[in-house]
Amino acid sequence: MRYMLMVKATGYSEARVNHSREYNEAMIAYKKTLAKAGALLATEELQPSSAGIRISYPAYGENPEILAGPFPVDQKLVAEYTLIDAKTEEDALNWALQMPVPAGRGEFEIELRRLEENLDNLTRS
Amino acid sequence: MVRDVGIAEDLAQDALVIALDRWPETGIPDNPGAWLMTTAKRRAIDLMRRNKLRDQKYVEVAHSTYLYTEEEIDQSLDGEIGDDLLRLIFMTCHPVLSQEARVALTLRLLCGLTTDEIARSFLAAEATIAQRIVRAKKTLSANKVPFEVPEGEELQDRLSTVLEVIYLMFNEGYSATSGNDWIRPLLCQEALRLGRVLAEIASQEPEVHGLVALMEIQSSRFKTRVNNKGEPILLMDQNRSQWDRLLIRRGLAALERSRKLGRSLGPYSLQAAISSCHAQAPTAEETDWIRIAALYEALSRVTPSPIVELNRAVAISMAFGPAFGLQLIDELNAEPSLDGYYLLPSVRGDLLVKLGRYDEARTEFERAAAMTRNERERTLLLNRAAESGVEKEGN
Repeated sequence: MRYMLMVKATGYSEARVNHSREYNEAMIAYKKTLAKAGALLATEELQPSSAGIRISYPAYGENPEILAGPFPVDQKLVAEYTLIDAKTEEDALNWALQMPVPAGRGEFEIELRRLEENLDNLTRS
Repeated sequence: MVRDVGIAEDLAQDALVIALDRWPETGIPDNPGAWLMTTAKRRAIDLMRRNKLRDQKYVEVAHSTYLYTEEEIDQSLDGEIGDDLLRLIFMTCHPVLSQEARVALTLRLLCGLTTDEIARSFLAAEATIAQRIVRAKKTLSANKVPFEVPEGEELQDRLSTVLEVIYLMFNEGYSATSGNDWIRPLLCQEALRLGRVLAEIASQEPEVHGLVALMEIQSSRFKTRVNNKGEPILLMDQNRSQWDRLLIRRGLAALERSRKLGRSLGPYSLQAAISSCHAQAPTAEETDWIRIAALYEALSRVTPSPIVELNRAVAISMAFGPAFGLQLIDELNAEPSLDGYYLLPSVRGDLLVKLGRYDEARTEFERAAAMTRNERERTLLLNRAAESGVEKEGN
């Protein structure tokens, strides 16, 4: 089963304050461990929301409302994700709990989400 | 209405000279921009009437203006002359010129800035700028560049340089680089007016609205930027109740227009967004520095430069603490293009004060004071150096 570990944006990530060397090394080690266990499917960092554009339809049939970022940090924006393969939700949670946490930067949040596995009909064509 | 760059230059300069000549006696008129336009236009008509008699090549131009009465001139103030200024800007921003030459030439011709002033806005040597301007004029004449506002795709291509020029013009007026003139309202008003005109011509260009937003919001603080002795007041210390609400509203509306055009924010829109964070904070303490830090990050990605990084470091220190800011500043200290740039030691001094390292702070403020050519800024910095010494003794 595939799970996505979504790291939420913080003021620090939105301002791209460089991580400490310790944190960077710990993150590389963590991802190597994931890869060695055959659990790592993909991992990417997103640019801050200032590089984003929102497209919203107030109602069907209406013109889209377009708005360029940045968006408020308290809206739980996604800063990076790691896609893993895990046998159970418990395994996935264990992986999530092993992810390094940056020191001295306040609140840090990871959201664990399971991917739908029965959408072959949509992706095959 | 004037097709030759040399003549257009003379007219613009003439009007400025008259203004500088007369205003000390009569006082600055309520609307100096409009006054300047009237003067320039009257002079243009005088000149063309003379040329009509004297020189066949101006017959056609002079003919079209021959019918003007004094009254008509006054009525068409904001129309024709404004268009002429715009045409002149597009001509001096023509693609036959290098980017640097376009900016330098326009500042020289439209704003009457000296080569020294232009040199300092660019952190370049005066001789380099002077040479650039001479060459640019020769290139324009040699290529017979037309006096017109471009249309269609060409308009978009040439817009970014025009925006750069307008913004430099505004900046030059907003904070003089040397001498006692802290504020030159005339340049600011001219830049803002040109920006508004351009926003109507190129309404689908987010950055035009971004630039207008930036200038509107910055103009809203015009009255609060100096005290009654004429000394500068920093943004955080200004009396916010005196900020011009109308200009702020106009600025926020222009920024909103920019955000809805489907492109992530460009440099002017980002700076306007930063400015809007300050404009919307009821008190200095309530400033949303986390958002400002994010906006500076975007700015450093869109237009990477040591100076943007310097500002980003300040925002980061306000949002997350001086230690984070100092870390970024010290990386900038190795940057050769910032040698002699007084804001680097000045900002470093600020952060050191916040970290309680007063001795180092005083040294930085003194270094900064020795670098700036603006007398008021130097006084400000020397005061800060002295305060740092007092703080230390107090401990």
